[in-house]
Amino acid sequence: MSAANKAPRWVTLALVPAVNLMAAFFIAGLIITAIGENPFAALEVLVYGAFVFPEALGFTLYYTTNFVFTGLAVAMAFHCRLFNIGGEGQAYIGGLGVGLVCLYMGGWPFPIVLIVAIMAGALFGGAWAFIPAYLQAKRGSHVVITTIMFNFIAAALMTYIMVEILIKPGQQSPESREFDPGTWLPFVHEMLGAIGIEVARSPLNLSFLIALVCCVLVWVFIWHTRWGYEIRTVGHNESAAVYAGISPSRNIIIAMCISGALAGMVGINEIMGVQHRLILDFTGGYGFVGIAVALMGRNHPIGIVLAALLFGALYQGGSELAFEMPNITRHMVVVIQGLVILFSGALEHLFRPRIEALFIRKPDAVPAQAAE
Amino acid sequence: MTQAQSGPAAAGNLPPALALHGINKRFSTVHANKDVSLSVAKGTIHGIIGENGAGKSTLMSIVYGYYQADSGTIEVDGERVSIKEPQDALGVGIGMVHQHFMLVNTFTVLENVVLGVEGGMTLGTGMDAARKELEHLEKEYSLEVDPDAIIGDLPVGLQQRVEILKALYRGAETLVLDEPTGVLTPQEVDHLFRILHALRDQGKTIILITHKLREIMALTDNVTVMRQGEVVANVKTADTSREQLAELMVGRSVLLRVEKTPAQPTDVCLAVKGLNVIDGNGVRRVKDVDFDVRYGEIVGIAGVSGNGQSELLEALSGIRPVDTGDILFKGENLAAMDGHLSRWVREHGMGHVPEDRQHMGLVLDFHAFEDTILGYHHDPLYNRHGLLNYNAITGQCADWMQGYDVRPAVPEQKAGDFSGGNQQKIVLAREMERDPELLLVGQPTRGVDIGAIEFIHKRLIAMRDAGKAILLVSVELDEIMSLADRILVMFDGMIVGEMPQGEATEQQLGLLMAGESTNVQQGAS
Repeated sequence: MSAANKAPRWVTLALVPAVNLMAAFFIAGLIITAIGENPFAALEVLVYGAFVFPEALGFTLYYTTNFVFTGLAVAMAFHCRLFNIGGEGQAYIGGLGVGLVCLYMGGWPFPIVLIVAIMAGALFGGAWAFIPAYLQAKRGSHVVITTIMFNFIAAALMTYIMVEILIKPGQQSPESREFDPGTWLPFVHEMLGAIGIEVARSPLNLSFLIALVCCVLVWVFIWHTRWGYEIRTVGHNESAAVYAGISPSRNIIIAMCISGALAGMVGINEIMGVQHRLILDFTGGYGFVGIAVALMGRNHPIGIVLAALLFGALYQGGSELAFEMPNITRHMVVVIQGLVILFSGALEHLFRPRIEALFIRKPDAVPAQAAE
Repeated sequence: MTQAQSGPAAAGNLPPALALHGINKRFSTVHANKDVSLSVAKGTIHGIIGENGAGKSTLMSIVYGYYQADSGTIEVDGERVSIKEPQDALGVGIGMVHQHFMLVNTFTVLENVVLGVEGGMTLGTGMDAARKELEHLEKEYSLEVDPDAIIGDLPVGLQQRVEILKALYRGAETLVLDEPTGVLTPQEVDHLFRILHALRDQGKTIILITHKLREIMALTDNVTVMRQGEVVANVKTADTSREQLAELMVGRSVLLRVEKTPAQPTDVCLAVKGLNVIDGNGVRRVKDVDFDVRYGEIVGIAGVSGNGQSELLEALSGIRPVDTGDILFKGENLAAMDGHLSRWVREHGMGHVPEDRQHMGLVLDFHAFEDTILGYHHDPLYNRHGLLNYNAITGQCADWMQGYDVRPAVPEQKAGDFSGGNQQKIVLAREMERDPELLLVGQPTRGVDIGAIEFIHKRLIAMRDAGKAILLVSVELDEIMSLADRILVMFDGMIVGEMPQGEATEQQLGLLMAGESTNVQQGAS
């Protein structure tokens, strides 16, 4: 079929996601009305909490950073048609790698610590993805199943390591000792402060820039290198890949390892940037939300940044909402996030065909007989 | 052509078990069934024979309710019926035995037989009645199968028996069997024939779809020959011969003769010796194949599809591992090499136009320019500083599109949005423009419009005249006969005949393709 009967790009890329988002907010509004709050007031609190008050934007972008990493991770695997559900575990293990570097490299020059920490986070996260990838590529064990299981294994492993090995002596809470301040990532308010721009304190740190750099690198890798070309070929058509001399199993492993490495970068933000020590459960579901981010962002870095920003705002604005409106609990905020995921992910095709149909120019009807 | 509408004497004046009138069916541009009419007399075995793509399966899918005819009527026992889904077909007593069995492997025979017609809310009572009925059917038609055996444990021949029982259990009076012998051993085939004869003698009507002449001659009372969607003959089997059927099946339709001079073959480019290839299921698909291809000639491999040609092409191009035997390409034994073989052969001058361009030759979601480097993406031509050089790639793609008259000549268009012929031109450009020494071509004109066919044929001839070696695999006999300088016929994984272009007749090739190799010497070399 010719290009004429396809909807314009902006409809697919902007209008459809916007309509999906509106639908999610509409249903959320109905629920908020049902529990006796004013949905417009709630929206105002949400937007104010996410963007307007002094440190709001910093918090929003701090969450965004995590979602960019996990969103890129899911997208990377998806270009090889692999559904990496294991971002959570890979981020967790990646954070362990980052934490170990920071624990034992105190006193080293910061740039070296940063580079080694990034490498360790990528290596640990990538290694955690390698096992499911290998099992998928060589043994046919479905990567969805294995990565889910590896999330649990990661959680158990981390608990063991924290409780038995890395716990700071003489305390009950399973946390490591605080890292040497020389290994901490600079906060954005510190960096801007150093050049004379005063902004409110927030957890936003250098890793936000690292996330943006990752976006560019992923974009270049997927669309502008022959390795990305091979991964996309395997993802779209495995027989064509074999025909072209491209090994599916090799590319499955490469794509998954890069995916895990990107998820592992969450550790740079959380452990090296904010917590400054290893703790349990610092991944906070970012790995799972990354799936929705990648879906909404259509597996493209620009879309992922926008979707990550949306989820960052929902996280930050949502906690403000829970704080400001007593009827809207923390769980209610999760429901709103869930609705966004539902409409932009699972129900992605609910409105798409109808909206696109509106913008498709019908070719002049040709009677069947005339075609002969 | 003898018309056999009256049916055999045994049927007397009964209305036909199944009659089709003026059935038409189109799939976008393909006219799969053109005004098809035929009549199947009660209590007979009626064969429908034709090459792959002749429209036999489409016709039977219409009868069984998988497709709806665009026009035309179906009559069962003289009454017009409307068949919208398989349930309707079963309702009027038509049962289908599929080429690929529709059985649940982990269920027992009995469970499979009652599947979908269990009857009642609970299984218990229904099952006892079903078991009785099944045992009755087995006895009546000597179709013994243990009702409690697990399907997956049964050999293929018995699984097929279960398929037949399924249809009978549902009250089928007319059984349609689609290529029933394709998966059977010769002994199982003999057994099946006996069963079918027994069924006919008990009054059932059987429609047998096949492309094998032997089965038609051995089994049927009447035969309908189809070619290119049309019925070309309805004859009594007793009044015809294999030769006549082969001729009808292959047809004397317009030969797209390509103008060419006699080949000037020189050195051997590709030599295949004692090649055996085993597919993923452990079945030997290529059996002791020997042949060679010289520079400056087109060697054509004719055969009904599914007789090992695909596996042969895949083995030669390094996609599929070789079991035993040698493949000597420019003196190097490919069979002895391992790892990245398909990349190696490309880099050493072997082009490969795969049989299935949409499944293998192209990534349909890619832009056309991305597909023009498929398999060649390592070439320094397309890479600069570790990045793909899209300027060079799209520029080359645009040039090729001009040279091959691809329409529209838009490198950014998705490959899947081009028509079949234009997709094929993109693949051909990729594989031919790099000046390979050997070109493997599978079904170069399948699903391609007439204009593009001529263009593709001319290109192949030009390439041969430039002294390149070409191995052409096609199920289109016309194509093989007009293009190939030497013709090999492949049947059941073996080369069953070889002849120069001038000496081959369609009839002879048709018989060889149908496995009737008795009169022809094996391998002329």
